Amino acid sequence: MIPELGHLALWLAVGVTLVLGIVPMVGAQIGRADLMAVAHPATHWLLALIGLSFVCLLVSFAANDFSVLNVASHSNSALPMMYRLAASWGSHEGSMVLWLLMQAGWTWAVAVFSRNLPPAVLARTLSVMGLLTLSFLLFVLLTSNPFDRLIPAALDGRDLNPQLQDPGMIFHPPMLYMGYVGMSVAFAFAVSALIGGNLDAQWARWSRPWVTVAWAFLTFGIALGSWWAYYELGWGGWWFWDAVENASFMPWLVATALIHSLAVTEKRGGFKSWTVLLAIMAYSLSLLGTFLVRSGVITSVHSFASDPRRGLFILVILAITVGAALVLYAWRAPKVGLGTRFEMLSRETMLLGNNVLLIVATAAVMLGTLYPLILDALGLGKISVGAPYFNAVFVPIMAVLVFFMGIGPLTRWKNDELPALAKRLRWAAAVTVLSAAGAAWVGGQLTFGSMVGLLMAFWITTSVAADLWERVRPAGGMRSNILHRLSLLPRATVGMQLAHIGVAVFVFGVTMVGTYDIERDVAMSPGDSTTVNGYKFTYIGVQSVPGPNYEAMRGHLEVTRDGKPVSDMYPEKRTYRVQRMPMTEAAIDSRIKGDLYVQLGEVIKGDTWLVRIWVKPFVAWIWFGCLLMGLGGLLAVTDRRYRAKVPSRDNERTAASTSA
Amino acid sequence: MKALRYLLPLALFAAMVLFLGVGLGLNPREVPSPLIGKPAPAFKLTRLDDASQTIGRDDMLGKVWMLNVWASWCAPCREEHPLVVDIARRQLVPVYGLNYKDNPAAAKGWLANLGNPYRATLVDADGRVGIDFGVYGVPETFIIDRLGIVRLKHTGPLTPEVVRERIEPLLKELNAPA
Amino acid sequence: MRRPEHLSQRALGWARGIALVALLGIAALAPAAAKEAAPASADPVLEDHVMRLSAELRCLVCQNETIAASHAELAVDLRNQVREMLRQGRSDAEIMTYMTDRYGDFVLYRPPLKSTTWLLWYGPALLLFGGLLTLIVILRRRSRMADDRFEPEPDGEVGAAAAAAPPSSGTLPPMPPR
Repeated sequence: MIPELGHLALWLAVGVTLVLGIVPMVGAQIGRADLMAVAHPATHWLLALIGLSFVCLLVSFAANDFSVLNVASHSNSALPMMYRLAASWGSHEGSMVLWLLMQAGWTWAVAVFSRNLPPAVLARTLSVMGLLTLSFLLFVLLTSNPFDRLIPAALDGRDLNPQLQDPGMIFHPPMLYMGYVGMSVAFAFAVSALIGGNLDAQWARWSRPWVTVAWAFLTFGIALGSWWAYYELGWGGWWFWDAVENASFMPWLVATALIHSLAVTEKRGGFKSWTVLLAIMAYSLSLLGTFLVRSGVITSVHSFASDPRRGLFILVILAITVGAALVLYAWRAPKVGLGTRFEMLSRETMLLGNNVLLIVATAAVMLGTLYPLILDALGLGKISVGAPYFNAVFVPIMAVLVFFMGIGPLTRWKNDELPALAKRLRWAAAVTVLSAAGAAWVGGQLTFGSMVGLLMAFWITTSVAADLWERVRPAGGMRSNILHRLSLLPRATVGMQLAHIGVAVFVFGVTMVGTYDIERDVAMSPGDSTTVNGYKFTYIGVQSVPGPNYEAMRGHLEVTRDGKPVSDMYPEKRTYRVQRMPMTEAAIDSRIKGDLYVQLGEVIKGDTWLVRIWVKPFVAWIWFGCLLMGLGGLLAVTDRRYRAKVPSRDNERTAASTSA
Repeated sequence: MKALRYLLPLALFAAMVLFLGVGLGLNPREVPSPLIGKPAPAFKLTRLDDASQTIGRDDMLGKVWMLNVWASWCAPCREEHPLVVDIARRQLVPVYGLNYKDNPAAAKGWLANLGNPYRATLVDADGRVGIDFGVYGVPETFIIDRLGIVRLKHTGPLTPEVVRERIEPLLKELNAPA
Repeated sequence: MRRPEHLSQRALGWARGIALVALLGIAALAPAAAKEAAPASADPVLEDHVMRLSAELRCLVCQNETIAASHAELAVDLRNQVREMLRQGRSDAEIMTYMTDRYGDFVLYRPPLKSTTWLLWYGPALLLFGGLLTLIVILRRRSRMADDRFEPEPDGEVGAAAAAAPPSSGTLPPMPPR
């Protein structure tokens, strides 16, 4: 009954999205307020129905209903409850329901938090989001029904893939999808503005917080995925440039460009058509990402079981959604004004430079990801494009971007002078070079890559400090307290600086672990020890330990430093009972200065085991930096100006333009 | 025309969709062999049925032959085996087996149970010859011509379609009087 | 009275006995052979080299993994092959050629620079320079346009004060020009 209820709820949701997609849009075009007012309650109904469907799926998993094909394929009665629930999005079909839930959630949120928008703008935006939801509802109902029954019911399920039986599975997909799907809000605002012909600074002001929040969640989602891979795979890799990883990274890069571009459009009215294009691109890349993961055109450890029929459906969704938006763009964009004037050396130029670099980086990642497919399609052979390529092309572009990241915030709007700018930055530059040299000297090893990385990290930090100083220093005549001036800083500014510091922390972590990572593979019998980087690892032994749905051999190592105990580490080798898959659970001791990472290999002879030990300096800074980035974004969104009511004068002005 | 510039994103997008559409019909896991058109790698392996005898690559020159890579632990090999037996029965082409990383006793038992279509089976215990042939997943099948050049490589189990549409025409071409 | 030699001899015997028991006791109680663990491989420098090369080679039976990371049998075989070739003194380039001769360019994660990959390797740099060049051209063109082509300064926080005020992104009161 419950699965059928969930299925019915999705069909009812189709009806709601049809109404939502058409009625308010028509109402906005002909100026009928009653039609436009349909949007708001429709979004409530949409969220309720899709939420109901999602709950039905969860209940089916929680109750071990093996008459549902999805449950039988991806769950098991011995699976702990939290993983049974997470397994609901562990399959292609289930993850699409999660996607739909996110889409309905964002649509509802836009309806609820945008009361001060002109009715026509809001109506069009919600209609577009309704249509986007409709496309995915049809996809699920026609090709990927998670509520399909298995008759006769299985006695027990095939279990969730052991690699997914991890807390990462609980948090990573929802965060990631929040980000992916959140890009549809910016897209909807953009399309709505193109339809209504009201591309102006107001549009940017409305869109910006939505993009920033979606971007923050995408940042968290990607960081969680990276961290999960790091501790799960057993050897400490945290980014492989796998096609599915790239599929999440490309929208992130474009969304970053979009946030910066929106800053100019919001404040200066410039870059309008470019910003709209970016908003379209960000969601397009989300769609592209979902296509790559589910269609089978690329090989990846992350991809779901592929089905070209499903791939074709998503490709059609992609073609229609983005094609229509780009046609609208080609029609409206030429008529958009040039924005305000600015000189060659100005913050506007810096931000444009930022955008060029981020788009080129996105293009490079896309080129590498799709190139094997392109060559194969042209019959020119089969190649692989992996980490060596991506690292070679991406890092230099990022280095240039980071250089401008330091200069940009200190450059004045509209018009700046080079000598003045250089003067503001000279201390930052000096401290950067000295700090980087000092860090390298302390580290004891210097490579070109590590030097570039350290320079980048310190440059961002010192320039943020310089920017902060510029804003709070006591000016001639005004003897105001520095702390007071600090507290007056708008949250948007602090958020930006925090996010930029996050980038510095990230770059520092990547550089340090990339340069100073140490691995030691040893054969250990009980009592043996080895010392890596000052840490003494003493092997105590292994014992057999049963788990809820697996058997494990658990090793025990004692770690000391200078004779003082540091920690006990328990790496495991597990064999999951149902899928008989061996899994390594590395033991990780995470500290600020670095991680101790121990993997239990295999038996060499008798009670001698192969043990792999890593000391990874500052590796946690990678994900801590991402956390700071996302938090910076969220902080910026709470800025006063997004919470203030839009003055009624603007409402009237834009209301007049809606009938265009 | 200024407007033309704004159609560029649409044009680029359309190109990308086109490639993705074509990509739906391709198999990203299929790896073409670089050996096609090149001489088969040299080998000298013992026979499964008589460990004292060996067969080398150059012993095979002068005839068109099929090399079928299999192992007793390989489930898809079991699926395709009736087809290989049929090829041998119809005397389409002399079939030789390459027993890849297997246990000789298990291999012999497997052939006894399922039928032995091979003129001879070569034992590749450590898989080195398999690597030389670019084998990455059993079963795999090669067609090698009179001059010792590799002319076809098929990865995965043989199917009647593959035999009918690719192998038989190729054999006809290779066996035609020079 | 006992003769002195007997006493000393017996004392010596006792001492030896106690010493022996003590030694055995200590030996029994001490941890057995607690030593510095030996490296898992005979030559860690070679292993490092093997892993570095393996990290650039693709595991053909896996869903996008290097042969360094994969546990698949073919990956292990190929790692062993790399190790052996390094021991024989072959160069990195020779080992990569060995792999591509058998499996094609697909096995390399660093795509070789050929006419077909020219766009791949030079594309990003071309895009970067092209993008920056386009930006400069557009900015130059804009700077030559008349003022009436542009929109007036927006009212609000960053309005007419923008030119004079220091870099500010919010409602901080503008500071007097320096």
